[in-house]
Amino acid sequence: MVFEPKILGFLCNWCSYAGADLAGVSRIQYPTNVRVIRVMCSGRVDPVFIAEAFMNGIDGVLVLGCHLGDCHYISGNYEAELKMKMLSKTLSMISFSDRVRLDWVSAAEGNRFAQIVRDFTEHIRKLGPSPVKNKKIKKEIIDNLNAVKFALCDTRLRALVARQRELTTEGNVYGEIIPTEEFEEILDNAIENEIIRHKIIEKIKKEGKSVPDIAKEIEVEPHKVLHHIVTLRARGLVDVDQINEEIPTFKSIKEV
Amino acid sequence: MSDEAIRIGVFICHCGTNIGGVLDIPELTEYTKTLPNVVYSAANLYTCSEVGLSEIRENIKEHNLNRVIVASCSPRTHEPLFRSTCQEAGLNPYLFEMVNIRDQDSWVHMKEPEKGTEKAKDLIRMGVYKAALLESLEKMQVSVIPSAIVIGGGIAGMNAALNLANQNFKVSLIEKDSELGGLLRYLNKVYPTNEDASNLLETRNLVENHKKIDVYKSAVIEKIEGYVGNFKVIILQNKKIIEIEAGAIIVATGAKALSPEGYYNYNGKNIISQLELEGLLKENSINTNNITMIQCVGCRNEERKYCSNICCMTALKNAILLKEQNPDANVTIIFRDLQTQGVAYEEYYRRAREMGILFINYLPEKPPIIKKDHIEVYNEFMNQGIGVPYDLLVLSMPLIANEDSEQLAKMLKVPLEENNFFLEAHVKLRPVDFATDGIFVCGSAHWPADISESISQSNAAASRASTIISKEMLEVEGSTAEINTDLCVGCEACIKICPYSAISRDEETDTVVVNKVVCKGCGVCGASCPQNAITIHHFTSDQITAEIVTYGGG
Ligand code: SF4
Ligand code: SF4
Ligand code: FES
Repeated sequence: MVFEPKILGFLCNWCSYAGADLAGVSRIQYPTNVRVIRVMCSGRVDPVFIAEAFMNGIDGVLVLGCHLGDCHYISGNYEAELKMKMLSKTLSMISFSDRVRLDWVSAAEGNRFAQIVRDFTEHIRKLGPSPVKNKKIKKEIIDNLNAVKFALCDTRLRALVARQRELTTEGNVYGEIIPTEEFEEILDNAIENEIIRHKIIEKIKKEGKSVPDIAKEIEVEPHKVLHHIVTLRARGLVDVDQINEEIPTFKSIKEV
Repeated sequence: MSDEAIRIGVFICHCGTNIGGVLDIPELTEYTKTLPNVVYSAANLYTCSEVGLSEIRENIKEHNLNRVIVASCSPRTHEPLFRSTCQEAGLNPYLFEMVNIRDQDSWVHMKEPEKGTEKAKDLIRMGVYKAALLESLEKMQVSVIPSAIVIGGGIAGMNAALNLANQNFKVSLIEKDSELGGLLRYLNKVYPTNEDASNLLETRNLVENHKKIDVYKSAVIEKIEGYVGNFKVIILQNKKIIEIEAGAIIVATGAKALSPEGYYNYNGKNIISQLELEGLLKENSINTNNITMIQCVGCRNEERKYCSNICCMTALKNAILLKEQNPDANVTIIFRDLQTQGVAYEEYYRRAREMGILFINYLPEKPPIIKKDHIEVYNEFMNQGIGVPYDLLVLSMPLIANEDSEQLAKMLKVPLEENNFFLEAHVKLRPVDFATDGIFVCGSAHWPADISESISQSNAAASRASTIISKEMLEVEGSTAEINTDLCVGCEACIKICPYSAISRDEETDTVVVNKVVCKGCGVCGASCPQNAITIHHFTSDQITAEIVTYGGG
């Protein structure tokens, strides 16, 4: 039996949803795999929604908005683009970024909409079912997606993305403009850090562990682990559990 | 409402054979009955017909429905109709949800009816899960002050004020200078008619004597508050603070000419600017034989990338006037590109050529060199320098943004483009609007504009403003953003991100708040808030997540 991917589409009301309606009015036929959630603007799509979709076994997600420059709300799709970039960086760390696509469809592009659905459905069909559906590795994949969600919910990371346009065009409070490449680097680091931090939390949920032990388990150098532990302690997520022969063990103290 | 049990009614439309001919409607109806909170589910032949609508109304009453779903065509076309039907039956219109099973299902899966029906089940189920979480919302009504404020008393501002005043609206015209007229005051004649600029300055009398227009001269804007329909502008005039209220604001602050100081040996004597030449022509005091003009001075370069739009025609005009005065004079225009768009302007250019005005092209990388009595211009076609003698050298300087535009933009919370001209909402589709409702722009504040452009833009801005101030009340969308002050940490990221400046810090309570009248409900702030402190009503994260989860898990 051919695999029929389960695809979710976020369509903005003003362009892409209208384009999808036009495909209907023009009776352009396309695969039945996509279910649409209408939002007012592509900028409404919180990356967390997409992590949520994957955790619930959805195989692929399309986010469609107006063409750049044509957003009904002026700049919403630029914000969507930044958010999706951040999301795809995050998802690429767990090999999921191939399952999301951001694209633009105008109200006059019924054909383009149908073509995007055809292409994306085929693309996901080739990738195969989401690993979440594979019972053997389900737990590991869900853990990974939880780490992604943790990163996407992280206030610092969100603040960084929310300020991206401001910081890379207008500059910070001192008027210093951060070059885009530099910003991307900051973002990459922040994402990586959050994912590692979540892994650490996962490992010390049930029992306290020492830094070297954690480092071994998650395959990250001990000094880095220590650094993250310090950060997580400051956030009130982790604390010292015991001190055995002068070596402290740490345990997570809060549900995330 | 929150404690009340959720009672959802689902109306599934055949749309004749449009949906019914493809999807299995009886199956959908039965399936829908199995979904949580659904207490009623039925099919209609045409839900949007009067029969269908009265069925909705009756069943809301009979089954005590507090949520209604119609599965049919597109909400883009039919949601308003069904919403008002709900309202007629006493249900808040925001408790209605629409599921698109025609335009995005039966019409696009005509050859796959089973799969199409499965899709429709998912879509209806997603609608049901969302509907359970819908909340009643109110559309706000705001009253409108039926008057306008025009900032800037040049030709654009005066014309906008007159336009509105002649429609019987009260207008306050604010001018920072001690007299009206703007740049027009310094002009001699205007192209392409070559009539006296003073004729156009007559507008000043019309404005000053109009009983619907209050003119505030030598007035400085101190503060701007409020929003569409209800602006308050505080000005300082003769050391007096004056408060003016209006429903709309038109920005017509114009531009100024770039100073020629430091360009091409400018000396203000035999090397002058085009604007100074206007003055000399007005006084009729030119008696030299060799007059040469250089175009694009100080613009279309790295520092100022734009074309100032009016200089080509201005140079042509003055060249023609000089030639008319003294047909034996040698008038030369050294240019980079000539812009004379449209019929009348092109005609004007031809006339200049016929009169014997000389045009020499120069390359930006090899600008003309000023010698004591002649100019050396490198000509690409001849691949050599040409010497052009001059007694009078005229520099065409671009119009640049006023220094105070930055401050004004901040007060109005509207954007400027990179050269500090005001930036409209959409370059093609909304040329005189700002993204912020109720504020409009015209004339050279927006971009160097000549007189006819300024007049058409000011008429456009006035008519756009009148669409607001002619209404007694404005109805505002109910699905807006709301900030939960307990979660907000005041980072202000949302203030920057909102394209409509709908979010600000309330000085009294020192919290970040959304102005519901200004908010358009795009949801961008909600997806961005680092603390997840913003609820986007009618598209809440809970509602969207419910749709996702039921689709995934279903
Ligand atoms: S972005 Fe969120 S936390 Fe920051 S000020 Fe706005 S509502 Fe408050
Ligand atoms: S929903 Fe859109 S318009 Fe409303 S406050 Fe948020 S960003 Fe501004
Ligand atoms: S409205 Fe379509 S992307 Fe913003």
